[in-house]
Amino acid sequence: MAQPVEIPPDPTAAVQAAEAELPPALVAQTLGQYTRAWIGRMRGGDIGVLPVVVGLAACMVVFEIISPNHVFLSADNLVNLFIQSSFYMVLAMAETFALILGEIDLSIGFLGACGAVIAVQLVQPVTTHWPWWAAIVAALGTCALAGAIQGTIVTRLGIPSFIVTLAGYLIFNGVMLILLALGPFSGIPNLVADDPNVKVLYNLVAGTIDPTISWIVMGVVVVGIGGLMWYSDSHRRRSGLVAPPPSLTLIKIGLIAVAGIVVVGICNVNRANSGYLAGVPWAIPIVLAVLAAWTILLERTKYGRYMYAIGGNPEAARRAGINVPVVITIAFALCSMTAAIGLILYASYLGGMSNNVQGGQLVLFAVAAAVIGGTSLFGGRGKAIHGVLGGLVIGAIYNGMYLQSLDVQRIFIVTGLVLLAAVTIDAVSRRGKVSFPGGRR
Amino acid sequence: MAQVAEPLLKVRGVDKHFGAVQALYGVDLDLPAGQVTALCGDNGAGKSVLTKCISGVYLPDHGDVFWDGQPVHIHNTRDASRLGIETVYQDLALCDNLDIVQNMFLGRERTSRYLLDEDDMERAAAETLASLKVTTVRSIRQPVASLSGGQRQSVAISKAVMWNSKLVIMDEPTAALGVVQTAQLLALVKRLRDRGLAVMVISHNLNDVFEVADRIAILYLGRMVVQDKASAFDRQRVVEYMTTGRKGMKAAIN
Repeated sequence: MAQPVEIPPDPTAAVQAAEAELPPALVAQTLGQYTRAWIGRMRGGDIGVLPVVVGLAACMVVFEIISPNHVFLSADNLVNLFIQSSFYMVLAMAETFALILGEIDLSIGFLGACGAVIAVQLVQPVTTHWPWWAAIVAALGTCALAGAIQGTIVTRLGIPSFIVTLAGYLIFNGVMLILLALGPFSGIPNLVADDPNVKVLYNLVAGTIDPTISWIVMGVVVVGIGGLMWYSDSHRRRSGLVAPPPSLTLIKIGLIAVAGIVVVGICNVNRANSGYLAGVPWAIPIVLAVLAAWTILLERTKYGRYMYAIGGNPEAARRAGINVPVVITIAFALCSMTAAIGLILYASYLGGMSNNVQGGQLVLFAVAAAVIGGTSLFGGRGKAIHGVLGGLVIGAIYNGMYLQSLDVQRIFIVTGLVLLAAVTIDAVSRRGKVSFPGGRR
Repeated sequence: MAQVAEPLLKVRGVDKHFGAVQALYGVDLDLPAGQVTALCGDNGAGKSVLTKCISGVYLPDHGDVFWDGQPVHIHNTRDASRLGIETVYQDLALCDNLDIVQNMFLGRERTSRYLLDEDDMERAAAETLASLKVTTVRSIRQPVASLSGGQRQSVAISKAVMWNSKLVIMDEPTAALGVVQTAQLLALVKRLRDRGLAVMVISHNLNDVFEVADRIAILYLGRMVVQDKASAFDRQRVVEYMTTGRKGMKAAIN
């Protein structure tokens, strides 16, 4: 490989010297080499999802030990946990759009709540009585438009997104209260009705899928994803491109299959105190669908690539011919639209909407969940899956402490401390990264 | 057909001013294909302004630019890249969080059915790096953040070469590099020249200039004071032109 080059200071020595100072290579072919390269990357600051997975496992163990009668890991409570985490997960995925760009969106709690109120109001049989899907489309569309307007102000007027969306936070809090007061519902439109159209929204989160169908769908999804991963990795190996060793691909596919079987297995346990209640709640496939869509958008399309480029180096992105303002504006629209999905799930969980919705708290939990999951507050790094993992941590803390009958103030303090820990890991690992190129061997 | 090969890029009588400040006065410059031209000058001599006039960042007030003998108007950087002019800026314009392939294709990604065609891009990037003998980079899926200064510079240059460019302009390419990396970079510059590209290197470092340049052009306070074959200069003469705008002045002052 190292061809002699015609330069006076001994060229071969030069090339060797340069190679010696390289960070651990990624061209590892075996599992052992791959593991070493991975450890090297973590030392270099690219920690990935490891801290959140470890943290989640720690939460599970601790809460199982301290929860009364060890109910934390019971099927009943775990399904509850999935449902309670679902809107944090979706909101965190929403916030990821802003965080990857190095921006922040503080308005999504109340803006999403506006969307949820719109959906809940539109399906009411006594007033508009829209079909549930049309109500959801209207809610998502309205929120996307509002997000695009905020994004336009950020990009065209050059006002920091923190300020623009802080204004949005107040404005949409007010708008939400106005929307709630519409119609003859005394400010608390609900989804408890016999109307099958309204029932769809009511069951959006907690309604269950038949156990047999759950198994079949899970099997098809796991086989499909596993097959795709195996095909693409082996194709890349054959073409001589950078690819993980076959054993690692198999381990990944195995983990996905195990996760699928465990989740569906837990959900299909009869969790009723009397009678029969089993099946996967709709919240899980909805969260997974959002996860799949945003993962493909972020990692497999030009648009996603441009978002990472802008988060990493906006000037380089601009010089590469990327229309930076348009990319950022669309990101704010997608962020707000995803938030509307999250808050519609929340409305379904609550069985309606009221002025008790804590949009400010929700948005902070969304930022916390994304960062806990591994998304950087400094831009350029983050994935949709981080939101899901971080949302699960927030949900676990909430659920576990609730089982202890702890007061809300303690829950706030613990969640805040966890967020602080996550941000510290983010900042410290980034500092490690900066010192990496020059010095470390 | 002219007897002497027409330079790839010819700049004639370019003026540029910013408000009351005149940055360039009637500058002429030839950049022939297959040669490295070093553009020298002290701080504020107008090197960057001239470069930006060629790469489409600034529009000259007066003067003509000829590409392959044809008059052209370069209104923006996109016009420049359409002609085959690529500029490697001093800050390199790389995204640290993206890997080498992603950086090399940034803004010109290949897709198949709306999804990124990573395999195709990785293959093309690997070919370009191999053809330039950029062998110190072990994996082209490394994030750029993990590369050394010289490797980053190599990636930025490979990125510029990838698009069938005919003229590559480099702004102070060795400024941030150590001895070994500088040697590697200069070898890379020579390889571009041997491929028949026109290369313009802006540099303060006379060691590098004499190491790599076939021609030397010297700006002094916005005027092109001399451009000639590198063999026509020695170090002393270049310094005199750079600091005083003419030959022998320094001796006279002393």
